[in-house]
Amino acid sequence: MIKDFKLPDLGEGLTESEIVKWQIAVGDTVELNQVIAEVETAKAVVDLPSPFAGKVTALHEAAGATVQVGAPIVSFDVPAEAGADDSGDGTAAGSGADSEGGTPEAKPERQSVLVGYGPAAESDGRPKRRRRSGNGGGAGSAGVAPQATAEPTPESATKPTPESAPEDPAEATPAAASPAQAAPAAASSNSAASKPAERPRSTPPVRKMAKDLGVDLTRVTGTGRDRLITRADVQAFADTAAAPETPGAQAPRSGTAEREVRIPIKGVRKHTAAAMVRSAFTAPHVSEFLTVDVTPTMELLAKLKDSSAFAGYRLTPLTIVSKALMVALARNPSLNSRWDEENGEIVQMNYVNLGIAAATPRGLVVPNIKDAEQLSLTGLSTALTDLTETARAGKTSPENLSGGTISITNIGVFGIDAGTPILNPGEAAILAMGAVRKQPWEYQGEIALRQMMTLSLSFDHRLVDGEQGSKFLADVGAILAEPGMVLTMV
Amino acid sequence: MSTHDSSSADDGGLVQLLLPDGERIADAGYDKWVADVDDDQLKSLYEDMVVVRRIDTEATALQRQGELGLWPPLIGQEAAQIGSGRTLRQDDFVFASYRENGVAYCRGVEYTDLLRVWRGHTHSGWNPYDINMAPSQVIIGSQTLHATGYALGCQQDGVDTVAISYFGDGATSQGDPNEAMVFAASFQAPVIFFCQNNQWAISEPVGLQARAPIASRAPGFGIPSMRVDGNDVLAVMAATRIALDRARSGNGPTYIEAVTYRMGPHTTSDDPSRYVDVLEREGWQAKDPISRLEAYLQSRGLLTDEFTGRVNATADDVAAKVREGCLGLEPPEPLSVFDHVYSEPTSWLERQKDEYVQYLQTFEGGQ
Repeated sequence: MIKDFKLPDLGEGLTESEIVKWQIAVGDTVELNQVIAEVETAKAVVDLPSPFAGKVTALHEAAGATVQVGAPIVSFDVPAEAGADDSGDGTAAGSGADSEGGTPEAKPERQSVLVGYGPAAESDGRPKRRRRSGNGGGAGSAGVAPQATAEPTPESATKPTPESAPEDPAEATPAAASPAQAAPAAASSNSAASKPAERPRSTPPVRKMAKDLGVDLTRVTGTGRDRLITRADVQAFADTAAAPETPGAQAPRSGTAEREVRIPIKGVRKHTAAAMVRSAFTAPHVSEFLTVDVTPTMELLAKLKDSSAFAGYRLTPLTIVSKALMVALARNPSLNSRWDEENGEIVQMNYVNLGIAAATPRGLVVPNIKDAEQLSLTGLSTALTDLTETARAGKTSPENLSGGTISITNIGVFGIDAGTPILNPGEAAILAMGAVRKQPWEYQGEIALRQMMTLSLSFDHRLVDGEQGSKFLADVGAILAEPGMVLTMV
Repeated sequence: MSTHDSSSADDGGLVQLLLPDGERIADAGYDKWVADVDDDQLKSLYEDMVVVRRIDTEATALQRQGELGLWPPLIGQEAAQIGSGRTLRQDDFVFASYRENGVAYCRGVEYTDLLRVWRGHTHSGWNPYDINMAPSQVIIGSQTLHATGYALGCQQDGVDTVAISYFGDGATSQGDPNEAMVFAASFQAPVIFFCQNNQWAISEPVGLQARAPIASRAPGFGIPSMRVDGNDVLAVMAATRIALDRARSGNGPTYIEAVTYRMGPHTTSDDPSRYVDVLEREGWQAKDPISRLEAYLQSRGLLTDEFTGRVNATADDVAAKVREGCLGLEPPEPLSVFDHVYSEPTSWLERQKDEYVQYLQTFEGGQ
């Protein structure tokens, strides 16, 4: 007899959990209470003990997947006598409407709805309502219908069919797989209509006043602390409403759009947050800035683009900065080191895995180019192009996301000059490239319009002192200000 | 007992009869209170501790499997609970927090009664008068007031029944236990304040709220106190018996601080790895209450394979019953939530019930 283990609510009101690691595989024979997986909830990482003794016939989710409470995660083949109670399988937990469809008397084999299994969460994190017997059904089924065709997403669009990617169910689950998983697609299509706006903030006396004056508080903009609606706001609104309406003034207030949207913290956002917090509160950051006249670099780029040797290569300021960083790093190796707390050692790497911060549709990722110090300018150019394209397509392999030794973040592409970047955890330095702008600058004793760029360098003061950090930054700047200076450095 | 032979303590006045390595050390003040504990009793204390730990791991597993909404583990506190719970008389009355499942076991609770609250089926798992133990109190520390009130009643009735209140180190920062101590001291109520200092109020270490040993607060209220090794089942027994004897003989309340350690999470919703130092936990692992008694039994030649095999079989059997009982629990009818709010119906409650009936009828298959 096949029994499904549905993901329970592991922590008082959670709607989802992430499978961190499976400790079993299909075909394994497991005992009751044997640990089968490590699961992370919003509250804790916990071991999941098997509720059945039997043979694993299917794992429904891959490690790393975020799973809704109530969704089946493992199927077991359980010896028949051990499973007299039929509660484990059969009706899907999420579809309460179906399981409660008949009259109670017609179902003597009552489903022992396990704790946390009843309400499958919808995309808004609230328990799903059972379908009402009256007029509610029409709206519900209308909302469900469109989900049968998978909502086009960047990921699924690049793949021939959703079924072609079974290795990553977290990313492209066939939409028709289960009601619980399909629900978000339907909900998002009409979320504005179905989701109630936040209740206006006000106090009871003000609500009474609004009621007396016939004022709809959802249309009033609060001016008090935390947008609290005050008596004056209500009075002002009532006065305005009494006066002939001026459409222009009224328009911004009348919307029933949500004032807040709550987005689950997961995936890349979650990992970024964890990594940044870890880095910010582990490595004492120092940031330094250097504004450089990069006109010679821009001229060099123009020349290279015209030369046949570089035809077909994508050369950008990032390519030159990357190369300059390699040269400067060879002269200031402490910027390419790692703090090994466990062993009480500083690890100095004789290779450079150059991380490049890439904004992708899924969020920030920092893939790195392995052994970048061995690459020529054209080699770096090719590697950078590959890296960013792979990252934007969301296909960066895990090994390229780990093991970086130093990073570059190109905030210039957003038109920004400088910043104080946070270190990619485990790395000693990160260099932010600012935008290249024409600015008046001293040139040969005169003021001239020059192409300027500000470099921002953050480094880990446990590993790097101001002297080394400054020398490194000055070296990078010297090369960009006069690429020929490389001759004096190598 | 505010004074005792300090030579028996390694921690500024910590009563110990059984060292972490299982060595039994003599203590002139406390030995006589456990003089009757013979080999059979030692073995049965051991069995109880192993069984309640097994119940605990099974209940934790049931929570992880979606069968319980929540579970507050007691792992590490078995000696404090069994050592004290086993000394109580049947007519004594226990007012405990939510973690005293080991004490409830000593009171003879049904396993399913232990679980039904945590499955969300009822507000109280058992009839308090069946086992003379009040429903588990989730409000922190308020059970100290209930215990003191019950003790005052016993005093008025002229019986020598004792009330014992269990609470944690976190509760000592609440008003209720302090108020209870004022009343208990004023009326010399036959009540025992049994504080299991498990070092953590959820994620707050005890040192943040207690700059001095918690037991040292009680004398300020006029209540004698003892600070015992809470992982030493014999020391806990001795201290509890001293307190029971004092209460029964009309000499008022006693405060016991059992110094122990919560080896697991606060509840199944908690992740102690976020705040507990691994080395601290390892240090307490070495003082484990069960392995300490095991070593003592070994040294007395009582730890035979036959004995441990029987204990483990008993524990597994209990665990199976716990699981079976849990899975067999029938969820209550939705409308039963109104049944015991007041002893007699009120129009206000009737209206709510009617509205709830109408609400349920808006669902397919509703009642």
